[in-house]
Amino acid sequence: MGESIVITSGKGGVGKSTTSANLGTALALYGKKVCLIDTDIGLRNLDVLMGLENRIIYDLIDVVDKVCRIEQALIKDKRCDHLYLLPAAQAKDKMSVSSLQLRWLVAELKEKFDYVLVDCPAGIERGFSNAIAGADQAIVVTTPENAAVRDADRVIGLLEKERIYSPKLVINRLRTDLTKDGGMLDVDEVVSILAIDLLGVVPEHEQVIRSGHIGEPVVWQTRCSAGKAYRNIARRIQGEMVPLLMLEKQQNVVNRMKRWLGFV
Amino acid sequence: MGKVRPGVTVKGTKDGLLFILEDDYPFSKILDELRQLLEYEHASLWDGPDTKVVIKLGQRRITAEDEVSLRQLFSTKPNLMIQAIVAEGGHHLLYPPKIHTLAGTVRSGQVLFYEGDLLLLGDVNPGGSVQASGNIYILGALRGIAHAGSQGDETALIAASIFRPTQLRIADIISRPPDEWDESDGSMRFAYLVNQQIAVDQIQSLNQLRPELEWKRKSQSFF
Repeated sequence: MGESIVITSGKGGVGKSTTSANLGTALALYGKKVCLIDTDIGLRNLDVLMGLENRIIYDLIDVVDKVCRIEQALIKDKRCDHLYLLPAAQAKDKMSVSSLQLRWLVAELKEKFDYVLVDCPAGIERGFSNAIAGADQAIVVTTPENAAVRDADRVIGLLEKERIYSPKLVINRLRTDLTKDGGMLDVDEVVSILAIDLLGVVPEHEQVIRSGHIGEPVVWQTRCSAGKAYRNIARRIQGEMVPLLMLEKQQNVVNRMKRWLGFV
Repeated sequence: MGKVRPGVTVKGTKDGLLFILEDDYPFSKILDELRQLLEYEHASLWDGPDTKVVIKLGQRRITAEDEVSLRQLFSTKPNLMIQAIVAEGGHHLLYPPKIHTLAGTVRSGQVLFYEGDLLLLGDVNPGGSVQASGNIYILGALRGIAHAGSQGDETALIAASIFRPTQLRIADIISRPPDEWDESDGSMRFAYLVNQQIAVDQIQSLNQLRPELEWKRKSQSFF
């Protein structure tokens, strides 16, 4: 019996789908059986980020309407053995599925997989209530901006109302250069406002955008700090204690020389 | 037989109606008389436009159940709106509500309302709102909206350990902090109403503003 985790944020564009794709891939790389569900019906894009768009035959709506079996709709990842994606329907809208159907679907998938990651659409309406229906746990993704933190706070309140207590926080797209001069909230400020456990901090990195463009999650990039951050989050989900990444700019050779010589 | 002195006297004021309840009548008798008054005698008198009602209890103190039955009597006349129940020298209830303690975070979109004084152990986040008919004390950070004296009590206070509200309301007065907020000072602060404006001060000045709260007056033994 696996675990279902919904990945949500309230605000759009903070990196829910990116986080889902990367955490799914990272967990699969650690040998877990993982299923990703895209619940953003009508605006699906998890398949694009995974590079699986051209393999879609059946989708989530087909499954809940019993047009096909669950196994027929699951798409096996092209890089990982234990990773599957259940894509959203594109020609329908969020009203074409009920939270009861989602609850059934997630319960069925939990029987076969170690982790069922549910990628939630933006907003707090029907799509949100559907996505959180079958979830045991929640990961709230936010960026260190006031607008995103407000929405995350609202979502945490709504999750509590649906009896999903103690969601975990992922702070995405952090820019250390901006936090230093107060142009962006820093990690401590976000955590003190939201008052939930921090699961990880992902730095802003251009490689994330490049990865989305070619449909290969950034965790495959072993040298990228964002990829490393996602792998660490995947280890924390499995219960491992992993310290937060030091996100300070890497000292280049000239600076290191200066430090040795005592100039800085 | 002489005329019996009534237990309930009704007076008209410029704001509405004043119901004065005599002290030396049992409360059940007063209720009977009120019912008689509202339902049978002058029944047509009460069917006018909306009228504000103030009930004066004198020295009498009533229980919460008494208050409920009193309000139920008046609810038969929808145009009579009880604005206040007042007693001489203190709260009208026999056992006035004490400060109510609650814990937890008030998050964006959530509203916490309490009738009476409220002590919140937790934060109020931006977009969240705390309302109380009395004072609001927050052991935590106030970053959202606080509305004290929400039913018109202009003496209500708002105090918080970390005082960073988006908006403050006391009775009908609304205020927001200046855009340039002094971030450096982390001391505990409170807000109060003075000259129809909300003022904010350090918690240490509260005893000067409200001498009746000064502990040295209440306590007999201090050095």
